[in-house]
Amino acid sequence: MDWVLEFPQIDGTTLRALARTIDQQYRAFSRAWGDAIEAAFRPLLEFLLWFEKLLIATPWWVVLGVVVGVVWLASRSRTITLGTAVALVLIGVFGMWEDTMRTLAIIAVCTLLSVLLGLPIGIAMSRSDRLQATINPILDVMQTMPSFVYLIPIVMLLGIGLVPGLLVVVIYSMPPIIRLTNLGIRLVDAEVLEAADAFGSSGWQKLLDVQLPLSLPTIMAGLNQTIMAALAMVVVASLIGVRGLGQPVLQAINNQYFTQGVLNGLAIVAIAIIFDRTSQAFGKRLQRHRDAEHG
Amino acid sequence: MADPAIRIRNLFKIFGPRDKALIERVMAGMTKAELQSDPAHTLGLRDINIDMRKGTIQVVMGLSGSGKSTLVRHINRLIEPTAGEILIEGEDVTAMTPDRLRAFRRRQVSMVFQRFALLPHKTVLDNVTYGLRIAGVGRSDRERAAGEWVERVGLSGYENSFPAQLSGGMQQRVGLARALATDADILLMDEPFSALDPLIRSDMQAILLELQKDLKKTVVFITHDLDEALRLGDRIAILRDGAIVQQGNPQDIVMSPADDYVAAFVAEVNRGKVVKVETIMRPLSPDSSALSARSALVEGTSLEAAARSMTEAEATEAVVLDSGGHPVGTVTMRDVIGAMVPSGDEGRGHRGAAALAAEAIG
Repeated sequence: MDWVLEFPQIDGTTLRALARTIDQQYRAFSRAWGDAIEAAFRPLLEFLLWFEKLLIATPWWVVLGVVVGVVWLASRSRTITLGTAVALVLIGVFGMWEDTMRTLAIIAVCTLLSVLLGLPIGIAMSRSDRLQATINPILDVMQTMPSFVYLIPIVMLLGIGLVPGLLVVVIYSMPPIIRLTNLGIRLVDAEVLEAADAFGSSGWQKLLDVQLPLSLPTIMAGLNQTIMAALAMVVVASLIGVRGLGQPVLQAINNQYFTQGVLNGLAIVAIAIIFDRTSQAFGKRLQRHRDAEHG
Repeated sequence: MADPAIRIRNLFKIFGPRDKALIERVMAGMTKAELQSDPAHTLGLRDINIDMRKGTIQVVMGLSGSGKSTLVRHINRLIEPTAGEILIEGEDVTAMTPDRLRAFRRRQVSMVFQRFALLPHKTVLDNVTYGLRIAGVGRSDRERAAGEWVERVGLSGYENSFPAQLSGGMQQRVGLARALATDADILLMDEPFSALDPLIRSDMQAILLELQKDLKKTVVFITHDLDEALRLGDRIAILRDGAIVQQGNPQDIVMSPADDYVAAFVAEVNRGKVVKVETIMRPLSPDSSALSARSALVEGTSLEAAARSMTEAEATEAVVLDSGGHPVGTVTMRDVIGAMVPSGDEGRGHRGAAALAAEAIG
């Protein structure tokens, strides 16, 4: 009558055997395919390394000038541009310039990758209810599965380093842009779509003229969430050898260096805010017509 | 007479997944209520037959849920029919391939929508050029064409405004210019003025009539407003529960409503403005004293105008002349007044209106 008092469970030996079998299978798989998969990610790694080196090797004042210039061109906002300049100067003064450049590189590449992959997936999802029903649970898993858990198979497959770090960050940061692209397109006014049809639009014309522009506010909200998620993962990625602002934070946790932790944490916050304000201001400029209502 | 511009034959629409399976039973006389006992299916249109004449305004009228918007969306096949055919210049729209259908929508038919359906992120000029851009017309050509239409609908100076900066009436002018810019012969208008204030609506009706005078498009105009239908329509078709209950010219509808539903619609109409003298005139008889009457009316004069002119002339009888000035009939003051004031019988139609409105809401 054990099962009345205790949940009837698989006995320990079976469970261990099960776990061992799966682990062995996976290990065999990664031995067989690890190199091939690593080779497939090679170009990405090269690009990331090149970008990182470029940011570090270039004199700091050139990088500062370019970043501030890009922020100005995208946002056309004095406050945001000035804030960016002040934040970057402070980061440099407190000796975090190089780590910040590394983080900047990986975040920029991850965000780009998330958008390049996420946008088409979101668009495809908006066109098919069946696809939406299939992808949604996958996104749920990607967002809620503790990242330390999927760190394991990725490290087993690819070892430690930049590429696995990149994968971890992209997996965690891609769902928002997919979800909100899908949602944004589904919310586009049906009558405007009908008008596009009535004038003989092709599917592409409808997507580019109507669906994407009208869902832009929602997509931009997704982009914001994606950037924030990517930055949140920087510390976790440092666990598997991604250098940058995450590593000093990790070190600070291990050694109880309070000040070092706070300073590097604030640098991450500063980058997050620069990315977010700039991309949102750029998005707003794409939607000038919305200001028109009040003008 | 010339071939109709749009000929609709035996058009049926059942909304729902198994429409093709149910169509035969509907054709055999299954009613809307019987069909709706299956909650997945709704009867949209039942056996629609209309010939729409080239260069005229055909109004389709009905309460909400009567199928009028469904009907107009079949003409450019925004909605797929369950059965039937729609012939435009001898070609069946329902049989077009996707490519052909796109070309047809780009060149032969355009549409104006109830809630304007403009692109909010494009300027007025870019909205007006939209159809041309979709059709692949070059930038300079389409902007020249669009500039002209912007001017004709009275929006000069607003080319670079965004729709949100314009009032409802101005937005619908953009919608109208956009539809006219593609130079399509057929113009579908789905309750285009229903969302506008009464005064603006009246302005827009005037603009449409003015443009139609020299454009001579084949216009299909959807409305639930009888006054609008009578003002604009060369011919009117009245829909109820997806079927046509009456079609004819405005006077036919007002003078001889086919059933209580139509009678309820026309009960409130100012007949003096709608009905023309030739509709009620008596045939000319040789001994008619009217030939010497002091008042003469030209065909096409409304009863209201006739009453006024006869009163001024202090005549109790008037002769009706055709456009060439030849007498074709006579009317008496009694006929005129009698036709302007509905008889007690039709007063019942008035109460019917409330009942029908309740039915439409319920």
